[in-house]
Amino acid sequence: MEKINQFVIAVYVENKFGVLTRVTSMFTRRGFNIDALTVGETESPEYSRITISISGDGYAREQLINQLRKLINVKKVEVLDSDCIKRELMLIKVKNDRDLRADISFACDAYRAKVVDYTAEGMCIEVTGDPSKIDAFIQIMKPYGIIEMCRTGIVALERGASTLLEKNTK
Amino acid sequence: MKLTGAEIVVRTLIEQGVTDVFGYPGGQILNVYDALYKYRGEINHVLTAHEQGAAHAADGYSRATGKVGVCIATSGPGATNLVTGIATAMLDSVPMVAITGNVPCSLIGKDSFQEVDITGITLHITKHNYFVNRIEDLADTIREAFSIARSGRPGPVLIDVPKDVQIAEYDYEPKQPLPDIPLPISKESDIEEAIRLINEAKRPYIYIGGGAAGLGLGEKIVEFADKIDAVIGCTLMGISAVSDDCERFLGMQGMHGRYSSSMAQNEADLIIGIGVRFSDRATGNVAKFARHSRIIQLDTDFAEINKNVRVDVGIVGDITHALDIIAAGCKGGKNPEWIETVNSFRKEEKRILCEIESNTTAQLPPSRVFESINKRKPKGTVIVTDVGQHQMWTAQSVRFDTPRRFISSGGLGTMGFGLGAAIGARVATGDTTILVTGDGSFGMNLNELVTATTHGIPVIIVIMNNGVLGMVRQWQTLFFGKRYSNTVLTDRKTDFVKLAEAFGAVGIRATNAEEFDNALAKALELNTTVVIDALIDKDEFVLPMLPPGGSVDEIITRVEKDDNE
Repeated sequence: MEKINQFVIAVYVENKFGVLTRVTSMFTRRGFNIDALTVGETESPEYSRITISISGDGYAREQLINQLRKLINVKKVEVLDSDCIKRELMLIKVKNDRDLRADISFACDAYRAKVVDYTAEGMCIEVTGDPSKIDAFIQIMKPYGIIEMCRTGIVALERGASTLLEKNTK
Repeated sequence: MKLTGAEIVVRTLIEQGVTDVFGYPGGQILNVYDALYKYRGEINHVLTAHEQGAAHAADGYSRATGKVGVCIATSGPGATNLVTGIATAMLDSVPMVAITGNVPCSLIGKDSFQEVDITGITLHITKHNYFVNRIEDLADTIREAFSIARSGRPGPVLIDVPKDVQIAEYDYEPKQPLPDIPLPISKESDIEEAIRLINEAKRPYIYIGGGAAGLGLGEKIVEFADKIDAVIGCTLMGISAVSDDCERFLGMQGMHGRYSSSMAQNEADLIIGIGVRFSDRATGNVAKFARHSRIIQLDTDFAEINKNVRVDVGIVGDITHALDIIAAGCKGGKNPEWIETVNSFRKEEKRILCEIESNTTAQLPPSRVFESINKRKPKGTVIVTDVGQHQMWTAQSVRFDTPRRFISSGGLGTMGFGLGAAIGARVATGDTTILVTGDGSFGMNLNELVTATTHGIPVIIVIMNNGVLGMVRQWQTLFFGKRYSNTVLTDRKTDFVKLAEAFGAVGIRATNAEEFDNALAKALELNTTVVIDALIDKDEFVLPMLPPGGSVDEIITRVEKDDNE
């Protein structure tokens, strides 16, 4: 869910044993709650990129960034511009009902979602997009009966041709 | 040259300039101990009674010298016993390297005998830590650990070395210690803004902490204060950074700070914090802290700026350099009204102290203990404390003439810290070392007496024995309706004089001021481990006191004694 005061932090970390724990447990240690987190490879093989969605005021934002920058294995920390490109993937399983099947199919078309599994009892839909689009799709699916769902959390890049690693701060 | 991992550990320590280490052997660190035996001519190992004592000793060693303290322990319980000592060093930003053994890599994660995930356990109480699973990385990891421990804001680093890595062989070439990680240069605009605020200030208060003490900024700060006609106060961690002979120095402020220092801070129109983190014990209620004041904060750690208190200017990076530029750039001047105001606080402080003294009928009031210590201690004496009332009295009363001579667990407030730390400090400096402790704190780690007597480390231990957990009792008296839940120790049958003798130390009991003074004189003559059991009253208070979460408006300077309990 998108929240008020939510912001997205991108963290480049060394690809080493235990680094994800160091990053995530810092949030617990300082009393901040992560809304969503993704981690994966980057353009540079020695670093992973962690994308963290988190809500908080200016104080929280400043503290989080500072505390992250203090970690030895952290190469780069940035709060992303609010107009950055954010994407999230969701798999959602809904009840397959003969009378509603056509409605679901229309909704999928409108949201450019794909049915990726189909049985007599249920269907699984894959949808990608901005987190607010995913939120909206969930609302639409609710009346049809959501059986199970999972979201990846967002990945995000800033617009333009620059990279975070080039930025002058840690 | 090919060496075993264990030898690489010891050779790298020697290469980093380490001459003394504190520790305790065990199964998974045996290979390192074998190497310590081989290199015993080059590196001195002090066997403690308990790993916690070793960690505190490494900490005290570091605090007294600024060098990186080193402690060594085996896996499992050996490693977990270091934990309190590592956390103590972390909270006070003390550079330390802790080396632990662990089970071989093949047994990791299988709940093997004496296996714990010590890097996981110490994740938040180290500046950084390592699990070294490749012999190729061992020497460079240790080198990096030393650099991280002492660079920037110092702190403890733990290196966990599994047994198979200690056994394996690899090429070793000695290297020069790595340079410190460079600090960022402070922003010019921040420095200019700071200078502007300083030039406008009429009531400046320079507020120094462990960061300033660690960098040895005392003399620079006094010169700066002279130029801008400021007074100087400090946190617990800042004590001894500036000599008590300095007329501008008001001593510790905060919860149990000196009256004049806390009041001056409250009345200041500019607080210049140098290496302080505005801890809750120092500020009380943040909303009421320094209401009339602008704040400039200089710190090596950028995360400290605005963490606890919003500041007007935060200067980050190389604060020695920043202080030089600020001191040179500000115009200087005189603030006679301010100095007069501060002098009135000093007068009031004297009156309060006289009142406390005149109210006591005790044979050995705490003030007399410190009178003797101040009178008799040779120049450069290291004063170590444990945690509690005795610690605050020491912080308020002992006068220091040399930097790094007040050693106390500030941030973590670790009871049981003192004896280990005193042993470490004495080993490091060779100077007279006096531990001021309480019967509660001393009871926690008194086993380290064996370390002092066995290794001939002549520490003088003053137990301010009141038969109660005095600080907790003080809170119970003031805030818990005198319900003394589990703070009365008089049922304990410990005879500290006999206990000292049993450990091979000298024990002396002092029941009044004269006996104490004589006991201290004798202890200073003896050059051996001496325990002075100084019997004080159970209802002495540490005053003044700002109630927790309170402000200077609520300062408590007297407590009516009630004899009908």
